[in-house]
Formats: sequence, structure tokens, C-alpha cells
Amino acid sequence: MNQQAGRTPSEAPAVSADGLGKVFRVPDGRGGHTTHAAVRDVSFEVAAHGSLGIVGESGSGKTTIARMLVGLERPSSGTIAVMGRDRSRPPRRGAERNRRAHELQIVFQDPYTSLDPRQSARSAVDEVIRHHTSLDGPQRAERLAELVDQVGLTNRQADARPCDLSGGQRQRVAIARALAAGPRVLVLDEAVSALDVSIQAQILNLLADIRAATGIAYLLISHDLAVVRQLCDDVLVLRRGRVVEQGACARVLDHPTQEYTRALRAAAPVPGWRPPGVAR
Amino acid sequence: MTASTLATSSAAPPTRSAGPRSGRIRATLTRARTALGPSGIVAALFLLAVVVFALIAPLVAPADPNAQSLLDAYAGPSPEHLLGADGIGRDILSRLIYGSRTSLLGPALVVLVALAVGIPLALAGAWYGGAVDAVVARVFDLVYALPGLLLAVLAVALFGPGLTPAVVALSIAYVPFLARVVRAAARQQRVSPYVDALAVQGFGAARINVRHILRNITPVVLGQAAIAFGYALLDLASLSYLGLAVQAPTADWGVMVSDTDALMKGYWLPVVLPGLLIVACVLSLTVLGSRISGERPQPYLRRRRPRPAQDQRRRADRTSRSGDQP
Repeated sequence: MNQQAGRTPSEAPAVSADGLGKVFRVPDGRGGHTTHAAVRDVSFEVAAHGSLGIVGESGSGKTTIARMLVGLERPSSGTIAVMGRDRSRPPRRGAERNRRAHELQIVFQDPYTSLDPRQSARSAVDEVIRHHTSLDGPQRAERLAELVDQVGLTNRQADARPCDLSGGQRQRVAIARALAAGPRVLVLDEAVSALDVSIQAQILNLLADIRAATGIAYLLISHDLAVVRQLCDDVLVLRRGRVVEQGACARVLDHPTQEYTRALRAAAPVPGWRPPGVAR
Repeated sequence: MTASTLATSSAAPPTRSAGPRSGRIRATLTRARTALGPSGIVAALFLLAVVVFALIAPLVAPADPNAQSLLDAYAGPSPEHLLGADGIGRDILSRLIYGSRTSLLGPALVVLVALAVGIPLALAGAWYGGAVDAVVARVFDLVYALPGLLLAVLAVALFGPGLTPAVVALSIAYVPFLARVVRAAARQQRVSPYVDALAVQGFGAARINVRHILRNITPVVLGQAAIAFGYALLDLASLSYLGLAVQAPTADWGVMVSDTDALMKGYWLPVVLPGLLIVACVLSLTVLGSRISGERPQPYLRRRRPRPAQDQRRRADRTSRSGDQP
């Protein structure tokens, strides 16, 4: 699955970030401000049709990177390019905004709040298709049915409002909505963390199938090494906003060279797991 | 939640037999009934009746509201004048029915203008945050500090008495009353990930605000609008009572309450009836407003569900008490 058959190796990377940094101003409680660097000098590339996992503990800057990629935060330093086009600055015009949406989409962590509560799955996806394509009614209905089918929703679920759907079903809706714009890159920001384990497996399989079918590139953000291992070719380990280690998934996760990666790996609860430093 | 879903699903079977539209209407009605609760339904029906009477006043009013007949001055209730007549023999029932027109039109205009001004400002403040929001919020606070009635009196002093200056002044005064609630609700939506998701999809601010944020906060807006309508009705009636808004010969509840001549002569009917109508309308609007805006009746429903047990307990109390009495 790592190599997509028949792809030219010389394609431009889907995402390339160079020296990315984000500094937040934080009120210090005395009326002034201090600064907090959430992301410092992070560089990475996601190959076209490739997949990169970003792992790290809470607060390591994973989500900030995702938010900068989709344009919800503006980078304090460094550059981001998606499909070879720079997006370090906010878009000037609507057309530019739409083109960026067309290139890269995101699935958020929390399926309970990332859907408009008053909108059925069908109408949410249809709104995006209508916005990004010039398909007429029947063609749109066809594309809609295709997407609904692709993410494994039944017709009845597609007509339901989010409040009548389970977490896994909602995340399927969110994935369908993200795919509706026809993006080349999909950012999955802890997209399966809020789901229970059996549903996680279903969604991960779904994501693997979608990638096999469409050749879309993934940037998977997770604290769960198992999830990253299952879905990603490459991995980047992040700690306090800095890159600790990066490389091929198998190498980094099986033979970590850095102490922190080893610690992360050791922190995963497996049978017989004893958290270090806990009094017994 | 459970109650409403149950209600919707129980309304679903007739959907198929009676066509999709009537099914949807029935489902909406069922949902409305569950959401409003008994008091909300009573309030809604009362207000509906008042509005209908105002609309078809010429058809239902037994007499011309301004026709005088001095022979009938202060006539008591009779088949000819069902609720009696006032000091110059005008039929009180007809004046109440026609009076509902000005009494409802004024507050309706106030609420509509205040919403038209307040919603865009509130949404802009919530959307852009920062300096824009600070300015919008401070302006609301500033206007909120001005008593609406005082502003209306000022407008009347400048432009002369009449409904228009009073309505314009009250509209300004009511902007923050509505817009502060809209802003708070919109801010809550603004930080919700679904709004981020829409922005990432490339949708513009205007579209996200109108199609998604506003739609999600509609119950809050409608509820607050209903409450504001009640207050505006009261304010305009007070102004008319003082002779500053609707002018004397026109039938209006506020004007009718100011008939001190009748009171001094001991005839309370021409004064108390319009007063009661004002109170009933304001009360209904407040009840309806809080119901719509999601002060949900569910806790009450939940409390009512174990009624049999409660009744038994009450009965048990009664028997034990009666047992105590020798």
C-alpha cells in the first residue's frame, strides 16, 4: 500500500512545511502578555499520495500545525505549501480560499461538534459539492450518492441530523464532507481518538480504502502510535513544538533513536504494562 | 430530547399515507407542542387569537370603534354593548378589538427594526472578535444604559407626540436588549468546530453567519424577540397612556387605560379591560419567549412523568392526615 502503482516519483510533494513556527500571546494574569511558542522550526514533507503521521503528547503542537495547514491559524514564521502553492498568508479573495479548500481538507477530532447540528448529513455534503463544483442537479445527486456510499453510510443515516447519529456515523459524515471538495490532501486531526476501539478500526479501514481508491495524501495527527503505524508511511515525532525524530514509520516506531520516542512507545498501554514512576 | 424524538417517530407512519407535506406539518406541530409545554401552548393560542382578531377587526367588531352616542354613556354590559360603553358612548368591545391593531403594530415595528439593526452588528462582533467586537459590545452597553422610555420621551419632545417618534426611539433602545443575546449565542457558535470546518471548506463569512450560525441560534433570537415584544407593548401602552404615542380618539389599549374620567366616576370596566389585555399579552409573550429560547420544559416533563407515584403519595398523605384527625 505504501507505493501507489503507476505514480510518477517526480511529483511535487503534496504538503511541504519549512521552518514552521507559531507563537501565541498568552495573558500572564497581571494584565500583560507573555509568549508561548507552540510550534518551533518544524519542517516536513508529505509526498504526493503519501501519508505522514504526526505524533506527540498533548500540547506538543500537533493541532496547531493542523490549524496552520488549513488556514485557521497564521504561521508566525516559516512557510507552508500545498500542491506546490504557498499558503503561509491568509487568502486575499474568495477564489483563492476555494482553491485552497479544493487542495486540502480536514477531519476534526470531535465528531459531536464538527457538524452543523441543524443540517442533515446529505445537505451538509451537498452544500460543499454545490460550492466547489458546477454540477447540475442529477449529477450532484449522483456524486452525493457516491460519497455517501464511499464512507459507508446508509440512506437513512444520510438523511438524519447529527444528533440522531452515533460518533462513528458522524465521523463518516465528516469524512464525506471533507472528500466532497475533492481534496488532494486530507488532514486527520485525531480523527479517530473520540471513537471507541471497534469503531476506530472501522474508520481506519475506511480511510485506508479511500486512500487506495483515490490516491489522496494523508496527514494523520494522533497520540496513538498504533493508529499511525496502521495508516502511515512516514512519521514525525513532536515534543514541545519541536521535531524530535522523523523518518519511515517502521524504522522510527520499531527502532527509535531518540529517548522521547522510546518513552512514547513505552507509554502505550499493552498487556503487562506498568507505567513508570507510579507508586505501587 | 427523547420526548421529541418519540413524538416525531410516532407521527412518522401517517407521513407515508398522507403525503410528505402534511406529514411534515404534523411532525412540526408535534414537536412544537412538546417544546412549548402546556403553558406555552395556552400563551401561543391566546396570542394567535389576539392577532387574528386584530387582522379581521372590521368583521368581528360589533360597532364602529369611534361612533359616539351620548345616550349610551357609561352603559353597562347589555346585548347592544357586550362590554358596555365608555364616557361618550363608544362600544368598548369594538374599541378593544380595533385597539389591538395599534397596540400590536407598534411593538412589532420596534422589534423588527431592533432586530434588523442588532443582528448584523451582533453577528459581526461575534465573528470578527477583537476590536470590532469590543466596539460593538461597548455601544450596546452604552445604549443599554439609556432607559427606553426616557429616550422615547426625548424623541417626542423633539418631534412631537405620535406613534412614529415613539417607535423609532424604542427601536434604538431595544437594539441592545436583542443584540446582546444574539452576540452571546453567536460567539458560542463561532468557536464551535463546525464553523471552522465550514471556513476550511471555503465558505465566506456572510454565508456561514446567515446559513449556519443564525439558523442555529434562531430559537434564542425568536424567544428574546417575543419577550422584547411584550416589553415594547408595555412601553408603548405607557407612552400612549401619557398621551405621547397614539393620540386620543384612536382606539388603543394604552389610550383606553388613560380614561381617568371614567375611573373618577366609578366606572372601572372601560379602564380595567384594556389593562387586563395588556397584562395578558405581555405575560403570554414572556412565557412563549422563554419556551422558544430553550428554557426547556423538559425538567417539568420529567418531573411530571412519575405522576402516579406522586398521586399515590399525596393520597397516602391525605389518608394518614385524616387518620390523625379523630
